Amino acid sequence: MSFETVIGLEIHAQLATRTKIFSTAATAYGAAPNTQANLVDLGYPGVLPVLNAEAVRMAAKFGLAIGASVSQRSVFARKNYFYPDLPKGYQISQYEKPIVEKGQLDIVLEDGTRKTIGITRAHLEEDAGKSLHEDFQGFSGIDLNRAGTPLLEIVSEPDMRSAREAVAYMKKIHTLVRYLEICDGNMQEGSFRCDANVSVRPVGQEKFGTRCEIKNLNSFRYIEKAINYEVARQIDIIESGGTIKQETRLYDPEKGETRALRSKEEANDYRYFPDPDLLPVAIDTVFIESVRKTLPELPDQKAARYVEKFGLSVYDAGVLTASRELGDYYEAVLAEVGSGNEKLAANWVMGELSGALNKDGIEITQTRIDAKGLAGLLKRIVDETISGKIAKEVFEQMWAEGRDADAIIEAKGLKQITDSGAIEKVIDEVMAANPKQLADYRSGKDKLFGFFVGQVMKVTGGKANPAQVNELLKSKLAG
Amino acid sequence: MTDFHHQTLTELSAGLKARRFSSVELTRHFLARIERLNGELNALITVTGEQALAAAARADQQLAAGNAGPLTGLPIVHKDIFCTDGVLTTCGSRMLSNFVAPYDATVVERLSQAGVIMLGKANMDEFAMGSSNETSWYGPVKNPWNLKKVPGGSSGGSAAAVAARIAPAATGTDTGGSIRQPAALTSLTGLKPTYGRVSRYGMIAFASSLDQAGTLTQSAQDSAMLLGAMAGFDPRDSTSVDAPVPDYLATLEQPLAGLKIGLLKEFFDQGLDEANGKLVRDALKVYEALGAKLVEVSLPNLPLSVPTYYVVAPAECSSNLSRFDGVRFGHRCENPHDLLDLYKRSRGEGFGAEVKRRIMTGTYVLSAGYYDAYYLRAQKVRRLITDDFAQAFQSVDVLMGPTSPTPAFDIGAKVDDPITMYLNDIYTIGANLAGLPAMSIPCGLLGGLPVGLQIIGPHFSESRLLNVAHGYQRETQWHRQIPQGYE
Repeated sequence: MSFETVIGLEIHAQLATRTKIFSTAATAYGAAPNTQANLVDLGYPGVLPVLNAEAVRMAAKFGLAIGASVSQRSVFARKNYFYPDLPKGYQISQYEKPIVEKGQLDIVLEDGTRKTIGITRAHLEEDAGKSLHEDFQGFSGIDLNRAGTPLLEIVSEPDMRSAREAVAYMKKIHTLVRYLEICDGNMQEGSFRCDANVSVRPVGQEKFGTRCEIKNLNSFRYIEKAINYEVARQIDIIESGGTIKQETRLYDPEKGETRALRSKEEANDYRYFPDPDLLPVAIDTVFIESVRKTLPELPDQKAARYVEKFGLSVYDAGVLTASRELGDYYEAVLAEVGSGNEKLAANWVMGELSGALNKDGIEITQTRIDAKGLAGLLKRIVDETISGKIAKEVFEQMWAEGRDADAIIEAKGLKQITDSGAIEKVIDEVMAANPKQLADYRSGKDKLFGFFVGQVMKVTGGKANPAQVNELLKSKLAG
Repeated sequence: MTDFHHQTLTELSAGLKARRFSSVELTRHFLARIERLNGELNALITVTGEQALAAAARADQQLAAGNAGPLTGLPIVHKDIFCTDGVLTTCGSRMLSNFVAPYDATVVERLSQAGVIMLGKANMDEFAMGSSNETSWYGPVKNPWNLKKVPGGSSGGSAAAVAARIAPAATGTDTGGSIRQPAALTSLTGLKPTYGRVSRYGMIAFASSLDQAGTLTQSAQDSAMLLGAMAGFDPRDSTSVDAPVPDYLATLEQPLAGLKIGLLKEFFDQGLDEANGKLVRDALKVYEALGAKLVEVSLPNLPLSVPTYYVVAPAECSSNLSRFDGVRFGHRCENPHDLLDLYKRSRGEGFGAEVKRRIMTGTYVLSAGYYDAYYLRAQKVRRLITDDFAQAFQSVDVLMGPTSPTPAFDIGAKVDDPITMYLNDIYTIGANLAGLPAMSIPCGLLGGLPVGLQIIGPHFSESRLLNVAHGYQRETQWHRQIPQGYE
C-alpha cells in the first residue's frame, strides 16, 4: 500500500515589539533571569494586563500580507493550566475570535512547482516563562523574562504533503515575517518555532488519518527530519496492523526520533473563556488602511518582478528574495553593473557570495564584500579585464583581505590578455613545442583542441581571454 | 475635642480646614478607638499607626501651608483586598497571610495623593467570597449593633469599623453586594459605582467582570467626597472607562420633585421579611413627600440573577485564583516532595472552604462539555437582565427596593448552608451583573438592627444616586445613629 502524508503547521513567531504584550517590561533576549519581568509578568495579586497596540498592528500587518481578513473584533481568552513557568495559571491567548482568519501563501518547490497553502488563522498570545531544570539540585529554576512576550501563532490548513513542502512553507513564513519586520526570525533564540501535525493515509483515501503533534521544532533541518521520522513511524505501525494514537510527541535531535509526550486522554481541559480583564479588540477600517500603507513590497511581488523584469528563473527569483536584505543586495549590485547582467549578478550572489556567507556562518547584513565591491568585480568580468575563473580567485582574496577587485587584479597582475598579437605569439610557441600533438590534431584527433587551450592558458597563467584563445587557436591549428 | 467620631467625613474636613484640630489629633483619636474597640469587633486585620501618624503630620503641614485638598488629613481604613505598598495585604486569606504588597492599588494611590490617611486594613470574607464575614482566615467580624450578629460581607470589616466609628469612612469592594449588604446591616451609606468607574488595578480579583471598588461612609455627602478622588480612567485597567469625573458634591442638593422612582416588583416578593419591607416602604413615603413619583416596574429576568451570578463569579474566580500556587508569593506548604504536592498542599492549606467551593464550581462550569450549558447560558441570561434594567430606565430615573431580605443574622446561623447564604445577595446581585451603580442607605431599625434601602441607577448616574440618597438623609436621621456602646 502506498501512503500520502498530510501535514499542518502551527508556527509561533515572536513579535518584535519593544515591550511585552500585556506589560511594559522589555522583551530583549538574554538578560539575567527574572530581570525583565515586572509585577504583571509575575502574575502578582491585583495586577491587570493592558494590550500592547504595537502587537495588534503587527498581527494586522501579517494578516494583510497573506490576504486574510483582519477581524474588526477579536477576543482574548484565558487558557487555564497549572505550570510553574505560567505565572497566572492561565495563558492569555485568542480562541474563538482570532485577529486574523483565512489567508494563504504560495510556496515554490525546487523543481519550480508552485503550491498554495491555506492559513486557517493567526492569533495573538503571550509566551510563558522558562523552567530551568539544571543547576538547581532537587529544584527547578524559573525564569520569567520570556513570560508575556508577544507571539503570533500562525495555523496552516493541513495542505502540505511532504516534509519538503512543510519546510518550504515554514521558510516562506520566515521570509515574510522578516520582510514585514514583525519578527526577527531568530530560531536559535526561539523567536521562530513550530509544532507540526502529521498524519498519513492510504493514497486515494479522503478521510485524514489520526494525527500526532510534534512540539517545538526550532530549525528547518529538524522539521524535515522529525516529519520524515514520524511519517515512517506511522506507516510502520499501520503496515504492521496497528493504529495510530492521537498524541503529542517531542523530537529528539540527538537520536533523530520522536517520542510520545502525552496522549489525547492526558491532555489538559484548558477551560477557555473570554478574559474579563481585557476588552474585545476593535479594529476599524481606518486602522487597517493605515497598516496597509506600511506594507513593503512582499517576497512574491519582488520575485515576480525579478522574473518579469530581470528574466530570472522562478527558482532563482525565489532564492534572491528569501530575505529582504538579500534582494536589496542583489539589486544594488545590478544597479552598479548595469542592465544586461541580471543573470551574471544573480549567479554570483547565489553562488560565490552565498557560499562564502554560509561558510563563515554569517548573514548578508554582515557580508565582507558589499554590493559595490561585488559590482566592482563583476564589471571587470563584463569588460573582459579578467575571466570568470580568475574572478573567483579575486573574489576569494577580496573576501579574505577586504581590498577591492581592481587593487587585487593590479597587484597580482591578473589582468586578462586580450591583445591578439600577444595571444598569437603564445600559440605559436605552444605549437612549436608540441609538434607531435599538432600532427595528430591535423590528422583528425579533434579532441586534442582542449590540450592546446590548456597549454596556452598554462603559459599565460590563465589570463588569456578564453574566447580569443579559442578563436585564434582554431584558425592557427587549422594551418 | 473627643467627639471626632460623631462627625462625618464632611464635618471633619471642615474642621481641619478651619484648623479647629489637626490631622495628627484626629488620627490619634481614631487609633485610640481602634486600640480600645477592635479587639471585640475584629474589624481590622492590620493597624498602620506609625505610618498613619507620619502621614497625618505631613497633612498638617499641607493644611498649614494652605495647599490642602478637601480630603487632606482625613483618616480612613482600606479593605484588605487593596494592595498597599509595604503593608501586609491578606485578602482575608491564609494564602496571603505573609504577603506584603510591593505596590499601591490605584484606589489607595489616588486617595493617598488626595491626602487621605490610612489607619489600617479591614477584615473581609476570604477573597471577598461571603455575605457574613465569616469566611475570613482572621475570624468573623462582629456587628457593632449586636456582637452576636454578622456585619454582612464581604466588606464586613470596613462596615463594622465605620459603624463603630473606629474610622470615619472606609473603602470596600462589591462583586455581588459586598458593599451594600454590609452597609444595610450596619446602618451605613454604601456605594457601588458603575463597573469601570473606579480602577480595579491593585484590587485583588475575585470576579473581574463584576468587581467594583466603592465606599462605606456615614452619609451620601461623604461618599460623594471620596468617590470624586477614587474615580476616573486608569490606563493600567483596560476595563476602566475613560469618561470625565463629575463634581459629585455639586449636584447633591438638587430638589427631588418629579423624580421617577421605580419600585422593583421582584424585590418585594415572599422572600422579603415583612417588617423589613415595611421600613423600606416607609422610606419611599419620604420620597413621595419630597415630590417623587412611585411607579411599580417589573424586571422579569431578575429572579435569575442568583443562579447566573453563581456561575459567572465562580468561573472567573476559578481562573483568577490560579496564580496562588505557592511558587512566587503567598502560602507555600512545608517540604513539598514534587510539583503536584506543592500545588495541592499549598492551595489546600491556603484556601478556606468557601473559596474552594467556588473554585470547584467555577472549574466545573468552564469544563469541556459543560461550558455551553452553564457559562455561556449564564452570559446570555446576564445580557437579558442587563436589557431588563435598560428597559426599566427608559421610564424611571432610579429603581428602589430593599438591600437585604433580612436584618443581620446570628454568627454561625448560615455557615453550613451555602444556598441560604447566597440568597442574602438576591437583591444586590442584579446591579453587578448589569454593571450598574447602586447604593444602600439606612432607613430604620428592626429590633435594634439596621435596615437598608437600595437605590439603583443607570450607568454613570452616580451623581443622581448621591443626590437622591442625600435628599433622604436631609429629611431623616437614620444615618446619624451610632450603635450603643460606641457613642
